Amino acid sequence: MIPSTFEYKKASSVDEAISLLTEDAKLLAGGHSLIPAMKLRLNQPSSLIDISDIDALKGISDGGDHVLIGAAATHADIAHSALVKGACSMISDGAEQIGDIQVRNKGTIGGSLAHADPAADWPALVIAADAIIVMQGASGSREVAAASFFTGFYETALAENEIITAIKIPKLTTGSSSTYVKFSQPASRFAIVGCAVVKNMDEAGEVGNIKVAITGVSEKAYRDHAVEDELMGQPLNQDVINAAASKAASRVDVMSDHYASQEYRKHLASVYVKKALQNLI
Amino acid sequence: MSSYIGQSVKRLEDKRFLTGKGHYTDDIILPQQTYAYIIRSPYAHARIVKIDISAAESAKGVVAIFKGKEIADEGIAGVPCGWQVDFKNGETMKEPPHPLLVVDKVRHLGDGVVVVIAESKAEARDAAELVEIEYDVLEAVIDPKKAAQAGAPLVHEDCPNNMCFDWELGNPKADVDAAMGKAHHVTSLEFVNQRVIPNAMEPRAAIGDYQVATDKYTLYTSSQNPHLIRLLMCAFVLGIPEHKVRVVSPDVGGGFGSKIFHYAEEALMIWCSRKLERPVKWTSDRSEAFLTDAHGRDHVTEAKMGFDADGKIMALRVNTYANLGAYLSTFAPAVPTYLHGTLMQGLYTTPLINIDVTATFTHTTAVDAYRGAGRPEATYLLERMFDLAALEMNVDPAELRFKNFIPAFDGVEQEGYQTQVALQYDSGDYEPVLKRALEMVGYDKFRAEQAAQSNGKLLGIGFSTYIEACGIAPSAVVGALGARAGLYESAQVRVQPTGKVSVFTGSHSHGQGHETTFAQVVADKMGIPLEDVDIVHGDSDSVAFGMGTYGSRSLAVGGSAIVKSIEKVLEKGAKIAAHLLEANPDDLDYAEGKWTVKGTDKSVGFGDVSLTAYVPHNYPEGLEPGLDFSSFYDPANFTYPFGAHIAIVEIDKETGKVDLKRFIAVDDVGNVINPMIVDGQIHGGLAQGIGQALFEGAIYDDTGQLINGSYMDYCMPRADDLPSFEIDRTVTPCPHNPLGVKGAGEAGCIGSTPAVVNAVVDALWKGGFKVKDVAMPMTSQRVWTAMQSETV
Ligand SMILES: Cc1cc2nc3c(=O)[nH]c(=O)nc-3n(C[C@H](O)[C@H](O)[C@H](O)COP(=O)(O)OP(=O)(O)OC[C@H]3O[C@@H](n4cnc5c(N)ncnc54)[C@H](O)[C@@H]3O)c2cc1C
Repeated sequence: MIPSTFEYKKASSVDEAISLLTEDAKLLAGGHSLIPAMKLRLNQPSSLIDISDIDALKGISDGGDHVLIGAAATHADIAHSALVKGACSMISDGAEQIGDIQVRNKGTIGGSLAHADPAADWPALVIAADAIIVMQGASGSREVAAASFFTGFYETALAENEIITAIKIPKLTTGSSSTYVKFSQPASRFAIVGCAVVKNMDEAGEVGNIKVAITGVSEKAYRDHAVEDELMGQPLNQDVINAAASKAASRVDVMSDHYASQEYRKHLASVYVKKALQNLI
Repeated sequence: MSSYIGQSVKRLEDKRFLTGKGHYTDDIILPQQTYAYIIRSPYAHARIVKIDISAAESAKGVVAIFKGKEIADEGIAGVPCGWQVDFKNGETMKEPPHPLLVVDKVRHLGDGVVVVIAESKAEARDAAELVEIEYDVLEAVIDPKKAAQAGAPLVHEDCPNNMCFDWELGNPKADVDAAMGKAHHVTSLEFVNQRVIPNAMEPRAAIGDYQVATDKYTLYTSSQNPHLIRLLMCAFVLGIPEHKVRVVSPDVGGGFGSKIFHYAEEALMIWCSRKLERPVKWTSDRSEAFLTDAHGRDHVTEAKMGFDADGKIMALRVNTYANLGAYLSTFAPAVPTYLHGTLMQGLYTTPLINIDVTATFTHTTAVDAYRGAGRPEATYLLERMFDLAALEMNVDPAELRFKNFIPAFDGVEQEGYQTQVALQYDSGDYEPVLKRALEMVGYDKFRAEQAAQSNGKLLGIGFSTYIEACGIAPSAVVGALGARAGLYESAQVRVQPTGKVSVFTGSHSHGQGHETTFAQVVADKMGIPLEDVDIVHGDSDSVAFGMGTYGSRSLAVGGSAIVKSIEKVLEKGAKIAAHLLEANPDDLDYAEGKWTVKGTDKSVGFGDVSLTAYVPHNYPEGLEPGLDFSSFYDPANFTYPFGAHIAIVEIDKETGKVDLKRFIAVDDVGNVINPMIVDGQIHGGLAQGIGQALFEGAIYDDTGQLINGSYMDYCMPRADDLPSFEIDRTVTPCPHNPLGVKGAGEAGCIGSTPAVVNAVVDALWKGGFKVKDVAMPMTSQRVWTAMQSETV
């Protein structure tokens, strides 16, 4: 379990990190995805740029209509943040369901998003939350909506020399609520299915706006429009929920592995969509 | 005057373990030490076309690179097997060579091909990257039953049908089949007892240290039995003189069987060290451990159990294919045979039993003893059949067991119980363990709850009443059964002049707490304070000989050897005391650390006698100075712990997820020296057995790649997966060893697995899904699938 030789550099600012981010270099945040891959020599960067101590990347602050989470905030920081809980409770609940205590204390939201593991929790959470991913490169800063950030299997909209600096989580408006439910792979505790939902009821007591995001099921986390379509304009009762849940994962290619076949995974997606929606009745 | 035996004395070794001061093989750094990295096969079966080490040889820090051919050219064939089981027709067991590094062919994923030795571990690893090996990949066979079929790829050219041996035990098949034909009900089941990977917390490590100046060798190794490793390595692998070789197993972080065996890396490190005249260290990393530590279980079995109208078992017929992996590991042949077939009687009066075992080679990691070794497989078979039969016959599984239990016998007044499968049980009283477990579980109440359950969950209860053969083992008996070693134990009790006692035991502690349990025995028997006793183990230079620790044998065999030496010490001590007291030794009583002349207050203490033994000025004529005795203890029989385990599970109907709600274990391990340590052993064993039922299992694909060779995929049981265990004991002393102990190390792992599976099947059955079996590990997907296909 010895990685190949690499240089280690500690960046003290985002600008410094970007300037050090040359071709074979990799950013190091919590190291909980990168270091294991390096130890197995699946990943052999020539240098690591440690961004875990850059103050500007670590805070969680109130941005008015959103909460601004620094990319290097750990899962534990987020799980324990009253600000986040108040703004969108599924974000802190979801953070609490990642891995185990050690993983939550080291792993970061920025690292997880950049890594884009198809079974990670953050992708579903940020998509359902309608979060904005803030990125910075040599040529400046840009923002991408979470829904278009994940482009494929371990692929994102992040350019080679860009760094995620922050995530903007919109505060839920009155009448909105959120939830995250997860069926864990027993060994790694990553999601076999993770379902994040933010819903808003209109004055008639019907679903006015709903975002259902699912991770673990397909090559990347996605908004399940098939489910959402069934719910829009409907009252949230058991029959409506059942009908909507039965549509889960019907428009994506469903993954298969030794823990969950395609058929079983699809079934679990329905069950977890149902559980999530039931939480919001 | 029993002040320590029976007490939960806190573990003396824990101070160093809990403060991070344990000293393991990898902690040892010798002057001039080099580091080895072993390049392993990425394929399960392939011919080696070419190995090019030229680039690696000149890499930074490289000291040497060796290939299998250089070793083979010195006439070194490889590591031997310690047990021989011949074919039914008398033909000798197939015993293909197990080279230290392969020469022309790799036979399992992880087979060792090249060793790179460098000044640092990182340099060795980096240089290994530069070694180019070209393979011609061949078809592989993974399944033990398929391996025996015509046309299967051969693991060894000279082993037709991949057969190592076939074997049969019990009553004639014709008799068993005739009885089966007359049975009122026959329960039959085909199942797999899946392959599990031991996963000791400390990965294996070995340091070879050859010193030219003294022509002596030292092997430091993470092993459960250093003396056996020395014997095998000297006599059968390297042909080096045993008296010049020291083997040290310092602190060892768990073994579960996987560190019993003599591994190629041990001999390889010694061989390399002799070549280089420098110490060479190899430490397995976790990925390597998954591929090279001997695995456990892996049986494919068909069984039939016939009952009469009354529910009494009439006959049992078993056919098992046992996977041995690519090479024969040290005790591999014994596991599916003499540690498995011989347990087919269980706790029951079954009059006719036949078991047939076919052991095959496959392109997989070697399979050998793993906590319980054969006995869990036997228990799994019997207990699964029992609960299934109860469901099929619509009778109560507990009642069915009570009906079939062997009546109580103490092995003293009543004779031991002669089974149909070679063993004679020492003592047993089986009803009380099940009765107690039923009481603890609140059986009637549970059944009512189960019937009333209506929350989308399925409740189930599963039983397992097991017996195991421990205290391994009477040498002559195992010798007759093919063991190539004796299975006695040695102990030396050395009283120091000041009356402090050093005990040298051939047992080896790697988590079992011997330093405490053994000290309790010694302190009690000698009437001295616990602090005055030191237990030394794991070094062939200080311990005369040893057969090591496995098969729950340490206290029953190693402890008995200690007791024998204590008796000799006290007998000689009495002679010295008698001289000092001017009395006859027969007139003395020994208690609380002193000899007293009966009926008087004249006495002399243990310390004075000890000092006199070493300063023999006023001393019995003709008596040698010193107070230091060795003994070897060869047990008269195996010991037979038993118990009753009950699992309660709840299944989520929507996902198939199994939640283990309760686990009750009532075990009888004979007399108990330290209840806390025994509880700990039971807890650990339960977690492991439950782990097999619900979480663990090696998954090979058809090409022999291990799909789940890391903790991201191979699921070990964790604390939050398990309920708080509810445990209790009964005590039926062993009649044939001085402490009356039976052994507790494996019980939890042997009894628990089928109880969990039975509970799941019960839950499904009562919920209307009449499935006979859910393959282990019972993942939520498997349970869910069972509910989709077998609806009534
Ligand atoms: C045992 C275990 C269990 C786990 N369980 C779960 C789980 O249940 N759910 C789950 O979602 N995850 C789980 N994880 C993954 C964990 O959450 C990781 O921490 C996370 O995926 C990566 O975050 P990190 O900070 O450790 O990133 P690192 O490992 O440091 O980096 C990961 C990748 O992201 C890049 N990167 C890091 N930060 C940035 C940035 N700011 N901008 C751009 N690129 C960046 C790195 O260069 C690297 O390529 C688990 C991990 C382990 C080891």
